[in-house]
Amino acid sequence: YRPHGLRQSFTYRPHGLRQSFTYRPHGLRQSFTYRPHGLRQIQTKSKKTLAKPGVKNIVLVEGVRTPFLLSGTTYADLMPHDLARAALQGLLHKTSLPKDAVDYIIYGTVIQEVKTSNVAREASLGAGFSDKIPSHTVTMACISSNVAMTTGVGLITAGQCDTIVAGGVEFMSDVPIRHSRKMRKTMLALNRAKTLGQRLSLIGSIRMAHLTPELPAVAEFSTAETMGHSADRLAAAFGVTRLEQDEFALRSHTLAKQAQDAGLLSDVISFKVPGRDTVAKDNGIRPSSMEQLAKLKPAFIKPHGTVTAANSSFLTDGASAVLIMSEEKALAMGYKPKAYLRDFVFVSQDPKDQLLLGPAYGTPKVLARAGLTMDDIDVFEFHEAFAGQIMANLKALDSDWFAQTYMGRKVKVGAPAMEKFNLWGGSLSLGHPFGATGCRLVTTVAHRLLKEGGQYGLVAACAAGGQGHAMVIEAYPQ
Amino acid sequence: MAGVRALGALSRITARRYVLSGISCRTFSVALAMSARTHVNYEVKEDVAVIRMNDPNSKVNTLSVRMQNEMIEVFNEVLANDAVHSAVLISSKPGCFIAGADINMIQACNTSEEVTKLSQEGQKMFERIEKSPKPIVAAINGSCLGGGLEFAIACQYRVATKSKKTVLGTPEVMLGLLPGAGGTQRLPKMVGIPGAFDMMLTGRNIKADKAKKMGLVHQLVDPLGPGLKSPEERTIEYLEEVAIQCARGIVHKKILLTKKKGMMQKVQDYVMGIAFVRQQIYKNVNGKVMKMSKGLYPAPLKIIESVKAGLEQGPDSGYLAEAQNFGKLAMTSESNALIGLYHGQVACKKNRFGVPERPVKNLAILGAGLMGAGIAQVTVDKGIHTVLKDTTVEGLSRGQQQVYKGLNDKIKKKAITSFERDSTLSSLTGQLDYSGFEKADMVIEAVFEDINIKHRVIKEVEAVIPPHCIFATNTSALPIKDIAAASMRPEKVIGMHYFSPVDKMQLLEIITTDKTSKDTTASAVAVGLKQGKVIIVVGDGPGFYTTRCLAPMLAEAVRVLQEGVNPKKLDALTTGFGFPVGAATLADEVGIDVAAHVAEDLGKAFGSRFGGGNVDVLKTMVERGFKGRKSGKGCYVYTPGLKSKDVNPDIDDLLEKFKLTPNPSVSSDSDVQYRLVSRFVNEAVMCLQEGILNGPVEGDIGAVFGLGFPPCLGGPFRFVDTFGADKLVEKMRRYEEVYGNHFTPCQLLLDHAKDSNKRFHK
Repeated sequence: YRPHGLRQSFTYRPHGLRQSFTYRPHGLRQSFTYRPHGLRQIQTKSKKTLAKPGVKNIVLVEGVRTPFLLSGTTYADLMPHDLARAALQGLLHKTSLPKDAVDYIIYGTVIQEVKTSNVAREASLGAGFSDKIPSHTVTMACISSNVAMTTGVGLITAGQCDTIVAGGVEFMSDVPIRHSRKMRKTMLALNRAKTLGQRLSLIGSIRMAHLTPELPAVAEFSTAETMGHSADRLAAAFGVTRLEQDEFALRSHTLAKQAQDAGLLSDVISFKVPGRDTVAKDNGIRPSSMEQLAKLKPAFIKPHGTVTAANSSFLTDGASAVLIMSEEKALAMGYKPKAYLRDFVFVSQDPKDQLLLGPAYGTPKVLARAGLTMDDIDVFEFHEAFAGQIMANLKALDSDWFAQTYMGRKVKVGAPAMEKFNLWGGSLSLGHPFGATGCRLVTTVAHRLLKEGGQYGLVAACAAGGQGHAMVIEAYPQ
Repeated sequence: MAGVRALGALSRITARRYVLSGISCRTFSVALAMSARTHVNYEVKEDVAVIRMNDPNSKVNTLSVRMQNEMIEVFNEVLANDAVHSAVLISSKPGCFIAGADINMIQACNTSEEVTKLSQEGQKMFERIEKSPKPIVAAINGSCLGGGLEFAIACQYRVATKSKKTVLGTPEVMLGLLPGAGGTQRLPKMVGIPGAFDMMLTGRNIKADKAKKMGLVHQLVDPLGPGLKSPEERTIEYLEEVAIQCARGIVHKKILLTKKKGMMQKVQDYVMGIAFVRQQIYKNVNGKVMKMSKGLYPAPLKIIESVKAGLEQGPDSGYLAEAQNFGKLAMTSESNALIGLYHGQVACKKNRFGVPERPVKNLAILGAGLMGAGIAQVTVDKGIHTVLKDTTVEGLSRGQQQVYKGLNDKIKKKAITSFERDSTLSSLTGQLDYSGFEKADMVIEAVFEDINIKHRVIKEVEAVIPPHCIFATNTSALPIKDIAAASMRPEKVIGMHYFSPVDKMQLLEIITTDKTSKDTTASAVAVGLKQGKVIIVVGDGPGFYTTRCLAPMLAEAVRVLQEGVNPKKLDALTTGFGFPVGAATLADEVGIDVAAHVAEDLGKAFGSRFGGGNVDVLKTMVERGFKGRKSGKGCYVYTPGLKSKDVNPDIDDLLEKFKLTPNPSVSSDSDVQYRLVSRFVNEAVMCLQEGILNGPVEGDIGAVFGLGFPPCLGGPFRFVDTFGADKLVEKMRRYEEVYGNHFTPCQLLLDHAKDSNKRFHK
């Protein structure tokens, strides 16, 4: 622990100076190519490391994920725990971890399969982990697996555990569709009915209306607004144009394709789907052209909206898993950690008008906690729910007015430089299995830090309910 | 009166949250009008002219003379500009498109011809808009009412925000007028004959999504949240952007103005094309209006007439009929009365006692009965933390259920979401003890009407509340100073007389004693205004103002019953005079026991003047269990689930026992009506004379909104002005000869009778 004021004093740098370090011509920033590492060397870090005396270092040893597939494709006949199982087995395989060397397993998921509501337990048993390892499932919309990881971090920090497997899974090819409440009520009463007469009268009370099924709500419970609708309003509020959104979507797909082709997505494991082929690649990456993107009609706000199917993330099946350990344990077991998991925050705001602004709120907060500035970050991985949502968050981060009016800050923290931002694609192109995305973001930051030679990375994500998350990740000295 | 229910009909006629601002621009000189434009401006964005309205002197835009003149100027320039192919009409005010015509403009006219001319000028202007070769898109955010709506429907296309503040409607009928700038002609074509009648005859506010369904607007725009500007500002910008797109779309024929008709529409048009069907509709609507208004309100009939003229004899006759009827209506006493009520209502929505020293954030209510829970219901959703305290679990849970149900019913009407209900209810605490009262800023007691209980309660409460806390008592008749006698700090004691059902009745009567401090009053008014009430502040005395006026009228009603008029007939006579609820029904609603109680108390306080019917009639009814609606029997028999009610058969022999012989010289139908009304009016005037009332405006508002005095008469004081004090005194003298001092006119009324120049309202 260090008093807040002290931490501030470490990070203070005159504003003008900071600007001069980061200035790059606009055109350059837009280009999708990597920048030579030499350039970054000029920057001075506020801090050499985020290690704190008396606080355990927690490391990411490995992270894997199944290929993320459009829902209704190759995974269509599986169940959620099958996907989670595949990710866990992939992790075991990649790390050669003994099956009883884990202290606790935590999974995140959003739409629950009622048969496997504690999907963490079903998946870990099925993946061959020792049945002596407890496991539980957490949920916090699109940042569920982030919660799984931070729960693990908490257990290690508290000294309760040393080795944690965290992960997330989402399976949108099958969702629980229920009978209507009236029908359920009748059926439950039928269970309790004792005589034939009672049963017949209950059956007789069933009407056509009872048979209408209840679909899982795609809308926010508190506001009854769908997320796409809210994203469209958010984009409009920040004046994000359709063109900007389409450009960002195209960028995401282009970068994802480049990364896939260059073999950079090394967290993807191949998975032999029972009864089907082996899948080894994400199948939602489709770089197209601005002309084609422009043809699409708005999907939510008609006819003048700007959010389309192409500039939104799509329904995805997928699972991810990470191995988190205390540094000493990892070293003792002979692992070479990939990164340190450092400060993190969860934020929440108005679920109506600020539903998807989590990154805008979380980023300044986590930077302040870590005592870093925007310039200290070498790698940004933001969850791309909608292109419009990302652009809105970037504009919010870059607005003094927004910082002053809604965040109680004196000045903005500034927007991330695009040449550091989601360089291997993002949720728009790779796909977004709600519960699994968080681990993908963290693993990608670790892999990019290794590849690009940076020191600090930042993960940020929004989630339904008006919540958000941000985490700072530090490269492990190589 | 603990329960003047069923006055809901009144709120239909008089009480709507529309704004027809009275701010006039007559003060501007002609020379000023020639100079730079202040109300209407425009900016050309490539090929689209964006016309922005903003009245710099008011919170709302009204179609004042100046606004109209500038609009015509701008319109001419836009038409003349070849670079412009289309236009967008938008307001720069966050919550208002155009709130309506300027009432003062109409009131400034002296003859119906002048008003007709005003109407024709409006018609001409909107005809030019309608026939504009360059399409005009009305971009609506906030209230679009009356003349504002007529303007919007003259445009070629309408885009509206889904904001809660966006309402469309034609409230003219509530001011005794009709939509006089083409509304009666365009609306039937736009939304169909039944829809148009519904809009114009009820004056109801229509929300954006309903307006879209009806075909009143073409496209909706969502309100935006925080962005790089304030949500309100950005929402208007966004609306403008969308409207510009629409304007270009129309020019480029991407948006077609003539929509393909669906099957239903075709069938409907075919049916409405049959003259016989239309005749049936007119007849039907006319019948309904006559039944509801008893022919006392001319405006609805003139609306039907104008619509009919347009549809049956063509647009020329239609527009002429509209303008002429508008002129006629503007000169009626009914319109004058309704406009007076409107102004009065606006005045009674202001706090003339200033801003209280500390705002009430925590309110505690004692007693979870109908009244207590009702008060909680109107408080809890206004951001005030509300404690509801009762002495028993049963009483408390009944009250909590009432609050829950009130909110739940709003969900059914789609006014709020279930989530909003839940979060609202989180500000309500139900409890049986005084815990947390140390944080209360105000306590309102709604316990049983018994001075001893009230004294006990005030002592208990004062032992636990902080020094700044106000103690308000919700009593309908007990003098506040008597209640305050038990208080250690009488300057913090005030009366807040709510009317039942609290969530429906708009009036709040606040009673101050000579010891009540000004800040206490300011605070009570501030709370009342937050609760959405129309407020009159009156002096202390038995029955204050409202109860005191009602008591002699009810005494007279009992006498009328004793004279052999049956309850149904009595009701017909009172409703025939314009009261929304008949006298017998009203007594049942209030509760016969309450009426007996009040009659006895006030009888003691005011002596024989409050006599008339025998109080024993009421007492006997109570003894027999005929307490009114709450006991299932009163003057009528109430069967749960049935709307119709029959006269209580047992009441006949009861009345037989107290039978009085009517005097034929004062017992004609009309005399009975005036006997009832004159006692009410005389008592009201006496309240002004004695200083109980602050002025005639509050007197009129209190009588109409609290007691259902006929809105078409504008309240007792306006009634005296219109009817003539001399004529009223003449009638009263005639009744006085038969019945004595019950009908002795008060001095102030006599003064007005002597001097015809004396008027309550200027």
